[in-house]
Amino acid sequence: MARPSAGGSWRLDRLIPQIVVSPGFLAILLFVYGFILWTGYVSMTKSRMLPKYDFAGLIQYERLFQMDRWNVAINNLFVFGVLFILVSIVIGCLLAVLLDQKIRAEGFIRTVYLYPMAISFIITGTAWKWIMNPSLGLETVVRSWGWESFSFGWTVDQDLAVYALVMAAVWQSSGFVMALFLSALRSVDQDIIKAASLDGATPFRIYTRIILPSMRPVFMSAVVILSHLAIKSFDLVVALTGGGPGYASTLPANFMYEMTFRRNEIGVGAASAMVMLATVAAIMVPYLYSELRGQKHD
Amino acid sequence: MIKSAPLNGDGGMSKLAGRCLIWTALVVFALWFLLPAYVVVGTSLKDLEEIRGGSLLALPHEINLDAWRFAWSEACIGVECTGLEPYFWNSVAMAVPAVLLSTFLGAITGYSLTKWQFRGANIVFALILFGCFVPFQVVILPMAQTLGILRITNTVYGLILVHTVYGLAFTTLFFRNYYVTIPDELVRAATIDGAGFFTIFFRIILPLSPPIIVVSVIWQFTQIWNDFLFGASFTTGGTQPIMVAMNNLVNTTTGVKQYNVDMAAALITAAPTILVYIIAGRYFVRGLTAGSVKG
Repeated sequence: MARPSAGGSWRLDRLIPQIVVSPGFLAILLFVYGFILWTGYVSMTKSRMLPKYDFAGLIQYERLFQMDRWNVAINNLFVFGVLFILVSIVIGCLLAVLLDQKIRAEGFIRTVYLYPMAISFIITGTAWKWIMNPSLGLETVVRSWGWESFSFGWTVDQDLAVYALVMAAVWQSSGFVMALFLSALRSVDQDIIKAASLDGATPFRIYTRIILPSMRPVFMSAVVILSHLAIKSFDLVVALTGGGPGYASTLPANFMYEMTFRRNEIGVGAASAMVMLATVAAIMVPYLYSELRGQKHD
Repeated sequence: MIKSAPLNGDGGMSKLAGRCLIWTALVVFALWFLLPAYVVVGTSLKDLEEIRGGSLLALPHEINLDAWRFAWSEACIGVECTGLEPYFWNSVAMAVPAVLLSTFLGAITGYSLTKWQFRGANIVFALILFGCFVPFQVVILPMAQTLGILRITNTVYGLILVHTVYGLAFTTLFFRNYYVTIPDELVRAATIDGAGFFTIFFRIILPLSPPIIVVSVIWQFTQIWNDFLFGASFTTGGTQPIMVAMNNLVNTTTGVKQYNVDMAAALITAAPTILVYIIAGRYFVRGLTAGSVKG
């Protein structure tokens, strides 16, 4: 690290870095950490339509966990999150391995696989809602091919709407997982692979025994980033199912918005936001801790 | 990459079969990724009669841009029938300053944190980094109140502030990770020559930064343009960004549902980020993977 030696107007010189960092840092301190405390406090008051500031303990959390809508949202997050992460990783990984086979049009295919990532969840949701439209969409197409009993009304089916969310979210994100894995595949030590193939190992064995195990950190990154995406998911639900039918496909982020801005239940909304934060923190803090510690040893 | 034959490489036939299998899989996935784009573009070019009578996958009879024109300048969003045009410019007016501000602040913060390590710099960085992952639901309520106190609720300025602050964590991360790779000797030598903090930043560091500036600008632009939560939470009516207006247009349920207009609106709304992706896709990918892959 460059430590400027004392000299000239040394006192001010030394402070400049801190001074320059402070506006951004203070902004984050206030707008992130200050606001977290603020929301945390509101979650322990009786706030409804307007925030109130007399302490009331954990009543909002009690109310929250007694609400059917919240429990549905938590269940949905679990189903959605697990499937979304698993399927995205399986498809992303498969695509990366396939693209790694010296494909001539690799650049073009990669572009095709990754473009959904440039598009917002609102657009993705709108597009898939149209494709899954029960009366005009894919269902009609397949029936016109002669499969009369085919049905694809996921978005309007109470039990299937969550899977419609998974499908659209996987479509959006598996290209990103592919990009992660592809760049990791390309940085695997070629000598080990050469040695293994000289020993007569088949490419399949090389992948399953050497390459994929060496990519554990990337798996970790992918899981962490995707789970963070899943917990934050809001727009996709708004655009694809509207949280419905009823509130069958609502997720915690949608619950929070609904309570805070629509139903004048600010206290419950704040409590649900804090639970979301705790979930994210439980995943992110250990991950970031190990990443930062790892960096120091590099 | 495996240098030997892709699948069990003992003979021409099995090698050929392997290649066929790989290519089939690649093409099937490509079709899956392209299907929504094809359907959206196709639908936007059809008229309502053709949509109701025909198949989702059928090509449009002719190129008909009426739905596009209607979505851009006539469609009703709430009670106003102005089309998406004013909202498009709202988004531009919000995104451009927010992208520039957050990128500049991220650059100078990242520079201080790496090249002028001071006591506590690592803690500062860790706190900023965690700021990337905080779910925004936990800040929107206080933010709404703060914007009210500052009297910038429902304005472009409010959204510029919000996007600058919450983008800062990411841009700092990008620049910090990039500046770590620039040799410290460069800064040390300049310091010995008597150059100060800002001179070094503007004369030495910034000229080395274009690759990461591009990443930061693309990332921030995509995030801000695609944002829905902040736009929906802090604005109403005519000040909304395009993503919110588009969603209102599609999900308003009065009158006959005009699927072609919905799809044209979706395309208009997505066009800027798709354009960025096509022009600078390489940098876009770098932004996506920055900070998430080591080595």
